[in-house]
Amino acid sequence: MLLEHLQIYWWLLISVLGALLVFLLFVQGGQTLLFTCRDELNRSMMINSLGRKWELTFTTLVVFGGAFFASFPLFYSTSFGGAYWLWMIILFSFIVQAVAYEFRSKKGNLYGTKTYDVFLLVNGCIGSILLGVSVAMFFFGAEFTVTKGNILDGESPVISQWVSTHGFEAIFNWKNLLLGFAVLFLARMQAGMYFMNNIAKDQKLFEKNKIQVLINGLIFVLFFLAFLAILLTSDGYEISANEDGFVDVITVPYKYALNYGTLWWALVALCVGTLMVLYAYYRSAFTRHFTKGIWWSGIGTILVVLSLFWVAGYNSTPYYPSLIDPSSSLSIANSSSSLFTLEVMSWVSILIPFVVAYIGYVWYKMNKTPITPDEMKGDDHKY
Amino acid sequence: MEDLATVVEWSRAQFALTACYHWLFVPLTLGLAVIVGVMETIYYRTRSQKWLNITKFWMTLFGINFAMGVATGIILEFEFGTNWSNYSWFVGDIFGAPLAIEGILAFFMESTFIVVMFFGWKKVSPGFHLASTWLTMLGATISAVWILVANSWMQHPVGMRFDPDQMRNVMDNFWVLVFNDVPVHKFLHTVFSGWTLAGVFVIGVSCWLLMKKRDKEFAFRSIKVATWIGAIGLGITLWTGDESAYDVARYQPMKLAAMEGVYDGRVGQGLTVFGVLNHGKQPLQEGVDTYNMSFEVDGMLSMLANRDMNTFVPGINDLIKGIRLTPQGDTVWVESIADRIEKGKIAINALEAFNIAKQEGNKELMELNAQIIEDNFSSFGYGYLESPLDAVPPVATTFYSFHIMIILGGYLLLFFIAAFIMAYWKTNWFETKWIQWIGMLSVIAVWICSQSGWVTAEVGRQPWLIEGILPRNAAISFVQVDNVIITFSLFALLFTVLLVAEVSIMVKQINRKGGVESYALLND
Repeated sequence: MLLEHLQIYWWLLISVLGALLVFLLFVQGGQTLLFTCRDELNRSMMINSLGRKWELTFTTLVVFGGAFFASFPLFYSTSFGGAYWLWMIILFSFIVQAVAYEFRSKKGNLYGTKTYDVFLLVNGCIGSILLGVSVAMFFFGAEFTVTKGNILDGESPVISQWVSTHGFEAIFNWKNLLLGFAVLFLARMQAGMYFMNNIAKDQKLFEKNKIQVLINGLIFVLFFLAFLAILLTSDGYEISANEDGFVDVITVPYKYALNYGTLWWALVALCVGTLMVLYAYYRSAFTRHFTKGIWWSGIGTILVVLSLFWVAGYNSTPYYPSLIDPSSSLSIANSSSSLFTLEVMSWVSILIPFVVAYIGYVWYKMNKTPITPDEMKGDDHKY
Repeated sequence: MEDLATVVEWSRAQFALTACYHWLFVPLTLGLAVIVGVMETIYYRTRSQKWLNITKFWMTLFGINFAMGVATGIILEFEFGTNWSNYSWFVGDIFGAPLAIEGILAFFMESTFIVVMFFGWKKVSPGFHLASTWLTMLGATISAVWILVANSWMQHPVGMRFDPDQMRNVMDNFWVLVFNDVPVHKFLHTVFSGWTLAGVFVIGVSCWLLMKKRDKEFAFRSIKVATWIGAIGLGITLWTGDESAYDVARYQPMKLAAMEGVYDGRVGQGLTVFGVLNHGKQPLQEGVDTYNMSFEVDGMLSMLANRDMNTFVPGINDLIKGIRLTPQGDTVWVESIADRIEKGKIAINALEAFNIAKQEGNKELMELNAQIIEDNFSSFGYGYLESPLDAVPPVATTFYSFHIMIILGGYLLLFFIAAFIMAYWKTNWFETKWIQWIGMLSVIAVWICSQSGWVTAEVGRQPWLIEGILPRNAAISFVQVDNVIITFSLFALLFTVLLVAEVSIMVKQINRKGGVESYALLND
């Protein structure tokens, strides 16, 4: 198999992991909703509903990172080493999340349940927004250079160099924040839908979650439309071979809109995904008792995120544009692992359907009966 | 780049901090998962309520510990990118693959089935639940396989070649990477040391309960299971520890010399069982004693390193000078560190020339320089060193951590022999106060032993991230030192705060009102 084919395949797998991660961020969204609920029992049901899924989101993030490292190591080297603070803040937020569920209601936790709930809130807000920001950088770029020859310089050997703000400039870039907030409010909307699906029918809590879906869904739509409008009117880079056989990076007006035109399947995914999310929003917020919103919205989200990754990385588009040196921009061609490594990894990826199957089966078994107030009052293991 | 050395040191400190914290929790997870699995299996076969209570008690402690392992683990993976970005590119083609495989094969398994383990008692059948417990254990162990494959490769880089065109290393043999001696021994040594640690932990906690005169039957049942698991773990740890030392002798002789504090090697080199180093001693220094005091077993290091007492084991000075001695006492000159530095610089210069030739489209010159690089690549990393002394790891830290591990390992052997005797023949001895104290204090000892092992492995391989190929100062990220100092401080603070909370929660759970019987209600 050609290297080019495997690069396309691995970008597809990265897209799938990224899309699943954005869907699973409903856990983070749910964590931000906990403080809106004053009733202790309802709150307990919400936390325990999320608590059975948080590790899946966490793991997807870790695997997303690992897969990126294995398939596109130059991205790993450039983005993580460069946007140092962006990633460090994301990681800090996930560290505190990992202990918060297990520790929050345990005796002897020293800092009180509220502290751990604040950890969950911090992770919910910061994690969602900054992961959105990091994806937005695939389109709006960053200020870095890549000079592989630097490895030969003993005094300053670093090949990927970033501006000295190390990621803060990306965090405070309004275009990036549009997607960041869109992800946050999408996660909150989906969390409402998940609670409607996973917590046994309690009319009061159900109605509260409906309102959350209504409000957060509306804000999400506004942020997402703004992001989409900016994206489709933005210039982008394109890689082309010049007459000497070397590669040039040129600026193309409306690059991402053109990519949607060229990659028709990405456009279909965007449209179908958007319609599914809107359908879930409408049914969950405006009809009497719709509990399947999380699935409609979840699949829709996956499709939309897939389409975004595709227009970011396919059609000769560098998926990590450098704003100060276009030729340093990262593409799936210049940042990938070798043919041999991608082949090895591709063999391993055959196991992914098996992994998805057991995750699905366990999800089904564990969610077959919704969480009930009785379960929270009993002595079951709970968070 | 300003402050290169300072950035390197702080980045090392940050990685060491997170790794040490992570390794506080991981071995307990690896071992306790097995102990809980065995206990639940006994429950499954006997349907005894007592075994169910015992399972749930240890499972709760497992869950608390697991959360901290997860929290400290995520940062390690990403730190390769954030703080060692050159490393991520230079060897990412090889190193990234095990990490990705770990995620796909292990992390999803762990995170999926641990949910069933804790919340599935009433939602799935007992058989499914038991399978989930074992699959969680399997996930944790598979995770260890891949991260140790990655770590072993850093100590003994095989299955790769350097590609001058991309200015990085690429994988060319996956199976050699995974199945050479080093990862196999390292995996067994590390995972089974986790079994040992968990065995001592369970015995220690049981001793506490016996001291408080609570849950006597529970404590004895737990001790029996823990003694078996811990003893099996220790047996395999000792065997693979010996094999690992043999690997070190073959592939990292400088590390072995530092572990034993050997400056000038000899035929029939003795093993220092116990020693106090003379800190005034420096490499290449004549007429200064290595030890203030020591106890040595003659010929044993030669035996361990070469499987033959009548062989030569090189010391630090020999490796720097490139000296070997034959059993007849003749000196054989081999490659010195200065020679390797020279070769490394030749390789680096050839790579520069290759790069220029590539830009000029001069294929002939490219091929010529590619050949020079290939001929000298095994010393590539030495080209970044300024002096042969830079190739020497910190001797005192390596020596003491290694000896602490060895001495405590020996103690643990006696501990498990005694535990067997008391678990099966002299059960009343466990009710003696001083034995209970020994049981409890051994928990601290086993953790020190476990940490010392990693300190030996990681400090002893300095200055290399990839043995002989990439030293730490060429592996770094372009981050100003202030940033790293801040994140280091935040990690230190956060992990300490969370560790204190974890210990507090564990103590509360162990002393839970109603004793172990209260776990009968839990999850039923």
